[in-house]
Amino acid sequence: MRHVISVLVENEAGVLSRVAGLFAARGFNIESLTVAPAGDEQTSRITLVSEGDDEIIEQIIKQLNKLIPVIHVVDLTEGAHVERELMLVKVTAEKEVRAEVLRIADIFRSRVVDATPNSFMIEVTGDATKLDACLELLKPLGVIELVRTGQVALSRGNRGMIKN
Amino acid sequence: MELTGAEIIVRSLLDLGVRHVFGYPGGSVLHIYDAIFKTPEIQHILCRHEQGAVHAADGYARVTGEVGVALVTSGPGATNALTGLATANMDSIPLVCLTGQVPVDLIGNDAFQEADTVGITRSCTKHNFLVRHVSDLARVLREAFHIARTGRPGPVVVDLPKDVTAARCDYVHTDGEVKIRSYNPTVVGNSRQVKKAVAMLLESSRPMIYTGGGVILANAAPELTRFTRLLGAPITNTLMGLGGFPATDPLFVGMLGMHGTYEANMAVSHCDLLVAIGARFDDRVTGKISQFAPGAKIIHVDIDPTSISKNVKVHLPIVGDVKNVLGQMNALLEAQGAKDHQPDLKPWWDQIQSWRDKHCLNYTQKQDCIQPQFVIETLNRLTQSGAIVATDVGQHQMWAAQFYPFDRPRYWLTSGGLGTMGYGLPAAMGAKVARPNETVLLITGDGSIQMNIQELATCCQFHIPVKIAILNNNYLGMVRQWQEIFYEGRYSHSHMAFGPDFVKLAEAYGAVGLRATRPEEVEPVIKKALEIDNTVVMDFRVAEESNVYPMVPAGKALNEMILL
Ligand SMILES: Cc1cc2nc3c(=O)[nH]c(=O)nc-3n(C[C@H](O)[C@H](O)[C@H](O)COP(=O)(O)OP(=O)(O)OC[C@H]3O[C@@H](n4cnc5c(N)ncnc54)[C@H](O)[C@@H]3O)c2cc1C
Ligand SMILES: Cc1ncc(C[n+]2csc(CCOP(=O)(O)OP(=O)(O)O)c2C)c(N)n1
Repeated sequence: MRHVISVLVENEAGVLSRVAGLFAARGFNIESLTVAPAGDEQTSRITLVSEGDDEIIEQIIKQLNKLIPVIHVVDLTEGAHVERELMLVKVTAEKEVRAEVLRIADIFRSRVVDATPNSFMIEVTGDATKLDACLELLKPLGVIELVRTGQVALSRGNRGMIKN
Repeated sequence: MELTGAEIIVRSLLDLGVRHVFGYPGGSVLHIYDAIFKTPEIQHILCRHEQGAVHAADGYARVTGEVGVALVTSGPGATNALTGLATANMDSIPLVCLTGQVPVDLIGNDAFQEADTVGITRSCTKHNFLVRHVSDLARVLREAFHIARTGRPGPVVVDLPKDVTAARCDYVHTDGEVKIRSYNPTVVGNSRQVKKAVAMLLESSRPMIYTGGGVILANAAPELTRFTRLLGAPITNTLMGLGGFPATDPLFVGMLGMHGTYEANMAVSHCDLLVAIGARFDDRVTGKISQFAPGAKIIHVDIDPTSISKNVKVHLPIVGDVKNVLGQMNALLEAQGAKDHQPDLKPWWDQIQSWRDKHCLNYTQKQDCIQPQFVIETLNRLTQSGAIVATDVGQHQMWAAQFYPFDRPRYWLTSGGLGTMGYGLPAAMGAKVARPNETVLLITGDGSIQMNIQELATCCQFHIPVKIAILNNNYLGMVRQWQEIFYEGRYSHSHMAFGPDFVKLAEAYGAVGLRATRPEEVEPVIKKALEIDNTVVMDFRVAEESNVYPMVPAGKALNEMILL
C-alpha cells in the first residue's frame, strides 16, 4: 500500500542525506520526497511517499525515528489527511488548440503562468490523482516538459503533529 | 576561561571521565596532539594503524562498558578508521572517534588530505557531527558521548576542522544530563506488556530463553541470572551474548545458531515460548527463517524498536532497557512465586537431556597432531576460565566460543556482526589497557593475525602484555571449510602456503615467540607464556583440515544441523 509519511526533523546540515541515505542503504522505495523549513527556523518537515507492505512501512517508520535529528514521524495514511502537490506543465499550444488548453486548465482550476505564441505553462495543484488526470488530458496536445513537487500533506483536524 | 578548540577537546574529555585515548597523529590534528602533550592525565596510546586504534578503543569499551575513544587525522586517517567504526556499529559498541578535518573554508575543495568523513561514516556509525564553530565544540562532544553510550550504544564520529581546534572560546564545565529533544530512547518496559509476558512465561511448558549482546551492553547479567533461575528454564546465548549467563550453570545449553550446540538449536526449534532478550535474530542465529522456532510464541525485549519484528514476527514486543525490563519481570515472578504456578518442566528437560547426550562438541585429540580445540581447552584449564578472551574471525573464533566457557560478562571480545579479521590483536590490547591486572588472551588464526600484526609494536612500546595464541593451520580455515563442504573441496585461494615465522616475527618486535608442534608441547608453551611479563606469541601448529562442528549449512533450518 501507498503511505504518506510526515517527518519532523531538526533543521540542520545533512538531515536530508541521512534520510535519503537510509532509504538507499535499506532498499526502501521512495515515490516522492519533499523537504522545506517548517516555519520556525529550527525544524524542517519532510513528506515521504513510499510503497510497501505493513512490515516494510513499520520498519521505515522505526528506522526514521532512530535517526538522531528526527523529532517525530507520523504515517498520515492512518487517518484523515489532506495531500497536495504542485505541477508545472509546458504544453504546445498553437492556434486552434490554445482554447482547448485553456479549457482543460479551467476544469482543473489551474492557472496559466507563462505564455508564448505557441505554448503555455500551466500551474496545477491538487492531490496526485488530480494531477495525473490533468496530465492525461494535456498529453495528447503535446507536453514539452513538466515538473512536480511531490506530495506534501497534513492531518485533518485541530491538532498538530506534536502535542504542545 | 578562554581556551583553544584543542584545549576544549582535551578538557572535555577529562570532564567526561576519559583517561585513555587510542590514536595516530597527522597534520589536521596537530593542535589536539599539542594539547594532549600538555595533559598528563590523559594517556595516549600510539597505535600503528588507525584501524588498530579504533579496534583498541572498541576492546576498551567492551571490557569496561565505558565509551572508548580514538583520535585520527583527516583523509587517510579517517578512511583507515572506517573498518573499526563499522565493526563497532554492527556490535553496538560505544565509541567516540575524533577525526581531523581540513579547515572549514577548504571543505569541499579537494584540499590536501580531505575526505568527506561525515558522508563516508554516516552509514557505519550511530551518529556523526561536523563541528563548524568552536562555540559548539564542548556541547557536541557531550552529545557525542551521550549518544554513544545510551539507548542502543554505538560509535559516534566527531569531525574537527583544524581551524576550529585553533580558534578560541570560553569553556564552562557542565555537568548533568544531556538533553537532545529528538533523541529519547525508551528505557522502561511498558508495564502491561511486562505483565502479559509474565503470564505467558507461567503458562509455558517448553520455555526457552535466548539472549544476546544487549544483556552485556545493559550490564544486566545479574538480572538475567535471577530471571533464568526463577523460571528454571533453559537458556542459550548468541555469540555476542556469551557471559550474560554463567556458561557452567546447568541451565545453560550453549550457544545457538550456525555453530551453536545441537541441544540449543533443537530446544529453540521445539520450544513453545521463546523469550528473546537483547538479541536481534541475526541470520547466523535463525538459519532458515520460516522454520525458526516454528511452534513458539515469541516475546522480544529490546531497546531498539527496529530490532523488533525485523526478521522474525514477534507476538509480544517490549521496548526497553533489558536491565529494567528483567527487573520488572523478576519482581512480578518473585511476587507470584514463579515455580508454584508453572507447568512441570521435567519432560522438557528430559528431552533436552536427550539432545545433550549427543555430545555435539566432541573431537578426538590424536597422538601426533595438535587439534585446535585441544589448545583452547588447555588455555581454558590453565587460565581457570578466568581470562579476558579476544578473537579474530574464522574457525578459531567458533572454537573459542564453543570451548572456552564464560561465567561473567565483558570477558569475551569478538567481532560478530561484521566479522572483521584483524579485530583481535588491537581489541585485546585495548582490553589490557583497561584491565591491566587481568590475563588477556587473543585466540587467532594465521590469516587474521596478519591483518593487524603491526600492533605488536604498540604492545611492546607501552608494555601491554597480551598472550596471543595462533591456531596456525596454514589455511584461511573457515573459507577452506566452506570450500570443502560446498565446493567439492576446491580450495580456491584459501591455502596460505607461505607464512612468516611467527616466533621470529614476535622476537623482531621485541615480544616473545613460542612454538608447539606436538600435543605434549601445548601445555608447557601456554604455562610459559602465562608466566612471562611480556607480549607472547604462541604459534600452535594445528591440524590443517579440522572443521567446526556442529554446523547448520547456510539457508537450512536449525534442526538440520550437521553433527560430526
Ligand atoms: C564466522 C562467524 C560465525 C558466526 N556464527 C554464529 C553462531 O553460530 N551463533 C551466533 O549466535 N552468532 C554467530 N555469529 C555472530 C552473528 O553474526 C551476530 O553477530 C550475532 O548473532 C548477533 O548477536 P545478538 O543477536 O546478540 O545481537 P547484537 O549484535 O549483540 O545486538 C544486540 C541487540 O541488543 C539490543 N540492545 C542493546 N543494548 C540494549 C539494552 N540496554 N537493552 C535492551 N536491548 C539492548 C540491540 O538493540 C540489539 O538488538 C557469527 C559470526 C561470525 C563472524
Ligand atoms: C577483513 C576480512 N576479510 C575476509 C573475511 C572472510 N573470512 C572469514 S573467515 C576467513 C578465514 C580466516 O582465517 P584465519 O584467520 O587463518 O582463521 P581460521 O579460520 O583458519 O581459524 C576469511 C578470509 C573476513 N571475515 N574479514
